[in-house]
Amino acid sequence: MEVPILKQGNYLIATVQAAISDAALLELRDELVKRVGTFRTRGVVLDVTVLDVMDSFTARTVRAIASMTKLRGAETVIVGIGPEVAFAMTQLGMTLEGVETALDLDEGLAVLEQGLKGGGNRGR
Amino acid sequence: MTDQSKKTSRTESAGALVPELVAHLREKQEPLRRQWVEQMTAKGLLAGLTPEEAETESATIYDTCVRCLETGQYDGAQAYATRMAERGILRAMTSEQVLGGFLTLRDVYGRSLFARYQGDLARLSAALDVYEPVANKILSIVALAFIEERTKVIQQQQEAIRELSTPVLQLREGLLMLPVIGMIDTQRARQLTEGLLCAIRANRARVVVMDITGVAAVDSKVANHLLQTVQAARLMGATVIVTGVSAAVAQALVAIGVDLTRLDTLSDLQSGIDEADRRLGYKVIKGEETAARHEHIEGR
Repeated sequence: MEVPILKQGNYLIATVQAAISDAALLELRDELVKRVGTFRTRGVVLDVTVLDVMDSFTARTVRAIASMTKLRGAETVIVGIGPEVAFAMTQLGMTLEGVETALDLDEGLAVLEQGLKGGGNRGR
Repeated sequence: MTDQSKKTSRTESAGALVPELVAHLREKQEPLRRQWVEQMTAKGLLAGLTPEEAETESATIYDTCVRCLETGQYDGAQAYATRMAERGILRAMTSEQVLGGFLTLRDVYGRSLFARYQGDLARLSAALDVYEPVANKILSIVALAFIEERTKVIQQQQEAIRELSTPVLQLREGLLMLPVIGMIDTQRARQLTEGLLCAIRANRARVVVMDITGVAAVDSKVANHLLQTVQAARLMGATVIVTGVSAAVAQALVAIGVDLTRLDTLSDLQSGIDEADRRLGYKVIKGEETAARHEHIEGR
């Protein structure tokens, strides 16, 4: 497995390493969705800091991960989208509408914590 | 190439005339220059210049023009025009003053030629053939120098506006403010977004208040730019609250059918900051009230 998935308390943390292939991304998706159920996970943090390009396939898969984990009872937060990537994504119309985002791992965990307590999405 | 051919044709047809004209203008320098200054004064073109300045400037210009006629080279005139344009702008002389002054000089030279060759029509026409292109060329040099100078000033000002107008300010920890002022075009929108995104990362901001009170006109393009800025900020985990949408802007946006329902909008900057405080968990309490609360607690 190319992307290690770490368990931290009630959460799963997956940090995408370097340029990831489409196949590895799909594998990550399947693995995450599976593990969410196994560990009674309440939240997933997907760290994409090292990606310097977010293509449409990646964006779609990220969205899919968020929707699928949600159906299994876990909120997903995407963290680490840099300024350049964010700008390019909006230019291409990929806005990850409806997916929770945060600056980095720290903020991502804070968002999940808050979401569990508040019982709703932050800032919506 | 054209300059070359013009010069040769000139030497062929009226070669002897150039030195003759130059000698004539040099000889009559004092009366002609005086006449020129008088005419300009009468037209009010010398406003803002002291008499001494008018004297020296007019003498220099007169000499420069005669030298252009003599040599057929315009480098001197070019350099002088550029220098003059810079100073003219600095002293807030109007282009009308400068162009008017040169047109007057052209008339003065022309009249003196008519006066000299009035008995000999063929020679007068030959003299005008030599003189007119030179005068026109000098005039166009002056005009172009002025336009160039104006363009340069405009460019500098645009640059200044661009630099001034996109500050990102931190109000509290995790809260940024972005006051947008003036026109938003594609380039500025890009700069604005990049500046905001970098600031979000640097300050670890979670909420941004974007105030567009200073944006006079919003069309569909500008609205899309703003929408993209908001979406890009969201991708980095920051919520953007838009404030200061004026009545005119709101009407325009609805009329052109831009869908801004996805934006969080509030009427003014104050309510925007209040809302941001609420989301971040800040509470602002007035000084007196805090004192009263302290007393209350101590009293218990």
